[in-house]
Amino acid sequence: MFSSALLLLPPRSSFLQQRKIKGKVAAKIKTERRESPRSLTHRPTRSSAAMTSISQDADREKMRSVSVDLNNDSSLLIDIPDALCERDKVKFTVHTKTTLNSFQKPEFSVPRQHEDFIWLHDTLVETEEYAGLIIPPAPPKPDFEGPREKMHKLGEGESTMTKEEYAKMKQELEAEYLAVFKKTVQVHEIFLQRLSSHPVFSKDRNFQIFLEYDQDLSVRRKNAKEFFGGFFKNMVKSADEVLISGIKDVDEFFEQEKTFLLDYFSKIKDATAKAEKMTRSHKNVADDYIHISATVSNIGAEDNTALKTHLEKFSELLEKLRKVEGRVASDQELKLTELLRYYMRDIQAAKDLLYRRARALADYENSNKALDKARLKSKDIPQAEENQRQCLQKFDKLSESGKQELTSFKGRRVVAFRKNLIEMAELEIKHAKNSTALLQGCIEMLKVN
Amino acid sequence: GINTKSACDGMNAYMAYKVTTKTSLNLFNRNEFTVKRRFSDFLGLHSKLASKYLHIGYIVPPAPEKSIVGMTKVKVGKEDLSSAEFVEKRRSALERYLMRTVNHPALLKDPDVIQFLESTELPRAVSTQALSGAGILRMVNKAAEAVNKMTIKMNESDAWFEEKQQQFENLDVQLRKLHASVESLVCHRKELSVNTASFAKSAAMLGNSEDHTALSRALSQLAEVEEKIDQLHQEQAYADFYLFSELLGDYVRLITAGVFDHRMKTWSKWQDAQVMLQRKREAEAKLQYANKPDKLQQAKEEIKEWEAKVQQGERDFEQISKNIRREVGRFEKQRVKDFKVVIIKYLESLVHTQQQLIKYWEAFLPEAKAIA
Repeated sequence: MFSSALLLLPPRSSFLQQRKIKGKVAAKIKTERRESPRSLTHRPTRSSAAMTSISQDADREKMRSVSVDLNNDSSLLIDIPDALCERDKVKFTVHTKTTLNSFQKPEFSVPRQHEDFIWLHDTLVETEEYAGLIIPPAPPKPDFEGPREKMHKLGEGESTMTKEEYAKMKQELEAEYLAVFKKTVQVHEIFLQRLSSHPVFSKDRNFQIFLEYDQDLSVRRKNAKEFFGGFFKNMVKSADEVLISGIKDVDEFFEQEKTFLLDYFSKIKDATAKAEKMTRSHKNVADDYIHISATVSNIGAEDNTALKTHLEKFSELLEKLRKVEGRVASDQELKLTELLRYYMRDIQAAKDLLYRRARALADYENSNKALDKARLKSKDIPQAEENQRQCLQKFDKLSESGKQELTSFKGRRVVAFRKNLIEMAELEIKHAKNSTALLQGCIEMLKVN
Repeated sequence: GINTKSACDGMNAYMAYKVTTKTSLNLFNRNEFTVKRRFSDFLGLHSKLASKYLHIGYIVPPAPEKSIVGMTKVKVGKEDLSSAEFVEKRRSALERYLMRTVNHPALLKDPDVIQFLESTELPRAVSTQALSGAGILRMVNKAAEAVNKMTIKMNESDAWFEEKQQQFENLDVQLRKLHASVESLVCHRKELSVNTASFAKSAAMLGNSEDHTALSRALSQLAEVEEKIDQLHQEQAYADFYLFSELLGDYVRLITAGVFDHRMKTWSKWQDAQVMLQRKREAEAKLQYANKPDKLQQAKEEIKEWEAKVQQGERDFEQISKNIRREVGRFEKQRVKDFKVVIIKYLESLVHTQQQLIKYWEAFLPEAKAIA
């Protein structure tokens, strides 16, 4: 029934708008979806943090003032204009517009699956050159479990509710399903846009393949897995231990960053979980309004007393209110929960960078020991010297780019938090004012009766 | 108009409730007085009223339930009542019970009610087992069963009663459903409150950990806002419950009071009497030819006895029918009034919550904007 439904986002031309930016490699993209208008604003700094915002009257001017425009180049613009959902498997259409010669065509689209994104992410992680960069976190797998479970429960409880109630609950569930779908599209889009707006990643060969290769990527994916064998990924598991147990860093900056990131990660992880719980409770309250509204309506229908109008108006009001409550819950989810969730993953990526630097330092120290040994034995000294030089070089390079990345990361984070907290507060106010108006209108009417 | 007010306060370890009455009626000795009553006293009062008035068709307000769990079959979430909450719940229920009782013009004049409100000492109610609302319900259900076992035919003029009974049954079903939904709402709102508080703490921790000063401040402010909001949700849950949910529970219990079954019982008693009378007449006719003068005399006396019973039965039936009509009319009027008032009060509670939300978020907005 529902699982085989094709969910299509409206075609790109009808709702997407892109702003051209002059200058260097940067992508600033604004997309607006019509039915529940969301716009995606990229952080204009090199690596961007895109968060979503919903507002019916998406005031683009207002948003421009929030995001600072640093980029001047439209050489590589990427978006996901539509996607198909078939049996919970999502097929994304990745659309690229570019002025770079490295690509074969100026504009093209390819179909991609979630696994392709993961492949791309993993190849970036495994690339030694990028060890000093924060690799944008991989998009999480599309997870329809929540609404699917709810749909199942709804089916079981169908007999206990009226037709109208059931229809409303189903409608609500379909909206939830759609919300999950939109979230997953956005988070995949953000991943690509982070890459395209980064001076180094945007030039990555595999990134180009991902964007351009018009055949099925799954063959390449399999090869890649065999080749890399998830080497680096397995090591990352003990990253925290390495970071924590490591000696105090000589470099003040990195020492502070380490302390900060470790602590912040656990706090933001907790906050994400709590925010999620809070949002879910909110949805439950909104759902209860549906049942109450339906039953009150039934009582009103059978009532022949002066109470009839009261009951009808009350029921109508509750139905309107629950829609507002639903919006409050979903706005909160997007502005707060998703914000926290995204930065939790981003901080993990930053931690991974620290970890790689720690490993590079360990390598350097080992090379020193090896050199001393070689000198003692008077054997293979040039190789040992070369090795030591390379390790030092690698470590220095890592440290330098790492510092840059972490600094811009902080800036990015602060800006994104600011934007989303402001938008959340504004939406809360808007919804509360709306609810108040609805309630007061109804009270007026009832008091007259 | 009646000017009687009752107020209850929970008191000491024995849970005595202070009942304060303010009145201008001549029924009472003073204008304002307070007495102490225990829960069992309320049950005792109710059982006396029930035994006096139920069978003649009065809708006697049921006493509050002994147990914590409501009338709904669905147990939603944890019925996690702290003792303070439980006492408040009971106090409120007792107050509503008394108000309903004294609002009934006939019950108000009842000497047991007057004594309950006025006298300093009350004789302790004996076994309160069968006296609670559930107990009455059981008794009524037994009567209903007995009645249903007999074949009963009511004539056309009873269409009104059939219609009303059906209406009440439908209303009962719907009110129970509504009550269950509202209880679910209360439960979820409480959960929302708890989860909001939990998030607030987490946000505060995050704010402390944040090393960017302005963002750190904003996060702490966010935590404070969420804390206030959690309080708001708690208060709203309170309103959900006391305004809405409890009213529904009261009405569900009121409707199940079972006046219609008593009327059926009265009717069948009358019919039985008629059947008996018929038998006695037949017996007497037979004895006419049996030449047993003593037995004949007895038969004639029995006929007189049953004729009287038939007349009484008819009178009782007409009386209970009249009473029920009046009671139902009064009940409907009261129901309309109660629900109208509650709906508006409840909406006003929702308005208050929303207005507070606006206040809190408007105060937070500049903090968020101040992040530099």
